[in-house]
Amino acid sequence: MVSIWFFIGISLLVNGVLILGAGVYEIWHPPAEQVVLYNLHASVWWGGLMTVIGAWYSYHFKPGQKKAS
Amino acid sequence: MTIPYALIVPTRLVHLSAVDVVIVVFYFALVLAIGFYLRGRANTGEDFFMAGREMTAWVAGLSFLSANLGALELMGWAGSAYQYGILATHWYWIGAIPAMLFLALVMMPFYYISKTHSVPGYLKLRFGEPARAVSAVSFAFMTVLMSGVNMFAMAKVMQIVLGWDINFSIWVSSLTVAVYVTLGGLRSAIFNEVLQFFLIWAGALLIPILGLYEAGGWSNLKLQIAQRASDQYVHLWSGLRSFTDNPMGINWIGIVFGLAAVISMGYWTTDFLVVQRILAAKDIRSAEMAPIIGAGFKMFVPLIVILPGLLGLAVLPMKLVPESVAAATGMHSYNDVLPLMLARYCGPGLLGLGITALIAGFMSGMAGNVSAFTTVWTYDIYRPLINSKGTDHHYVNMGRWTTVIGVLISVGTAYLVMQFASIMDYVQALFSFFIAPLFGTVILGMLWKRATGPGGFLGLLCGTLSSIGMWAWVKADPSALRYVALSPHAKALAQDMFQALWSFLVCVIVTVVVSLATKPKTDAELTGLVYGLTTVPSVGDIPVYQKPIFWAGVVALVFVILNIIFW
Repeated sequence: MVSIWFFIGISLLVNGVLILGAGVYEIWHPPAEQVVLYNLHASVWWGGLMTVIGAWYSYHFKPGQKKAS
Repeated sequence: MTIPYALIVPTRLVHLSAVDVVIVVFYFALVLAIGFYLRGRANTGEDFFMAGREMTAWVAGLSFLSANLGALELMGWAGSAYQYGILATHWYWIGAIPAMLFLALVMMPFYYISKTHSVPGYLKLRFGEPARAVSAVSFAFMTVLMSGVNMFAMAKVMQIVLGWDINFSIWVSSLTVAVYVTLGGLRSAIFNEVLQFFLIWAGALLIPILGLYEAGGWSNLKLQIAQRASDQYVHLWSGLRSFTDNPMGINWIGIVFGLAAVISMGYWTTDFLVVQRILAAKDIRSAEMAPIIGAGFKMFVPLIVILPGLLGLAVLPMKLVPESVAAATGMHSYNDVLPLMLARYCGPGLLGLGITALIAGFMSGMAGNVSAFTTVWTYDIYRPLINSKGTDHHYVNMGRWTTVIGVLISVGTAYLVMQFASIMDYVQALFSFFIAPLFGTVILGMLWKRATGPGGFLGLLCGTLSSIGMWAWVKADPSALRYVALSPHAKALAQDMFQALWSFLVCVIVTVVVSLATKPKTDAELTGLVYGLTTVPSVGDIPVYQKPIFWAGVVALVFVILNIIFW
């Protein structure tokens, strides 16, 4: 059975890529209305972190890799 | 300082960009995909209603916590933190941790060994059908109504935060929940609750990180809160000597004996919505570890709930007001603090994730209520009282149909609440009537073998009636609170605590008196149900650091340290 952790990994990976992409896009095309602490580019590092964690979970718990939980 | 566009739009708090919408749509697609995938693993009663009783400690534990961690709670308690300060943390620490550890170490063995499928099911084994019937009917009724109340609250929040049409929110969310719970049963609900847990942390953790950065750290935050509100807003215990020393109007007796000893014990150990997740554990060690894992994470939930509320006090440019004032003036209410903080720091993508976390919280809450309702209706009302001769396949079909009907009743309740907003207060009051007496009944049943069937039934009934009586008395005459809470300075929050305490005591006294006057059950009838007559299987020959009691000790130690740090 596909593990719940695989689904968690996919969720984090897809959301992480989307957020990272949005963050990188904002650096190249700064919005007219910026959030507070925009200069920290939270989307980039938070999205990047989610992508890394999501990728690890997706790989580690991919179907056939481990016993399902 | 740039002000997010969303804050100056009068009709909604935030505006979703394309990437935010993609994130929200992806969430709906994923939960439906999980439901369809699990369809093939929900064809027996054990699979559909109990997730096959094969959940690991981590899955059961995170689901156990998430079932309680709804969006209404997230937004409501962030708002309470803005309104009352750090005192709101009590509902996450002393109002949860001791009860969760007590469930793990004392009560879980009895629930698990009895192989019951529900809390009313345990009452039937211990006290007989009358006690089960009272508990099952009241729980089924309350939980499906609560689902409707949550559904309406979600639709209202989505209207305020995103500008979505209320009908759209109600029907899209309810149909999604109906599909994935009907298809996958409890396993689907649990999987989605674990997913929700990760989404909530991913979506909300940035707020305290960026907020503390903006405020200049915790010490600076405390100074700013002391200037804008009060020094008492950052003290957990030092202002609880009397009702007048703190913004909540409560005292330490209410917190310790009302909230911690009765309300939280009642909720965390007997509310079937959360207990059901633990009953789905794969073995006794997992069943004991799951609440401990939940307790460990529960202690850190204030990071994403209470801290944003406190940060709102310091960094938000506008002052937030009570709901009634907000409705009359168009200002933002206390409950808006979390969405406002999301809008403050979260650009495209992050905002969508935060909103998805709120939606996931609401939908998991609905799914949890509906799956619990389905199990109690099928196994504790339909099977014993209406049709005891059905096949397992028949009861699974009943479960699927009950899921759909339960969702429809919830939708109906949501529309009813839309017309008569005060129903929300009545439904929540209804919940409070049963929880403390139920804890009294269950705990006496587990720890005192002399408790008899008539004692358990009458104790539960009298405790519930006393709770209803106190509520009605204060409703009719608000000054009566001084008698219920034993002080003229008590405020509304104190009522819940003292009402719970007294109704618990009434339940216990009546149970003891009636039990001593009625014929005791034999040891053979109580084997596996009560302390002293139950052999708890050993967790095995494992290292001490893998034993539940070790981790319970670690959690308890961290809990004590945190209370001292924030005294």
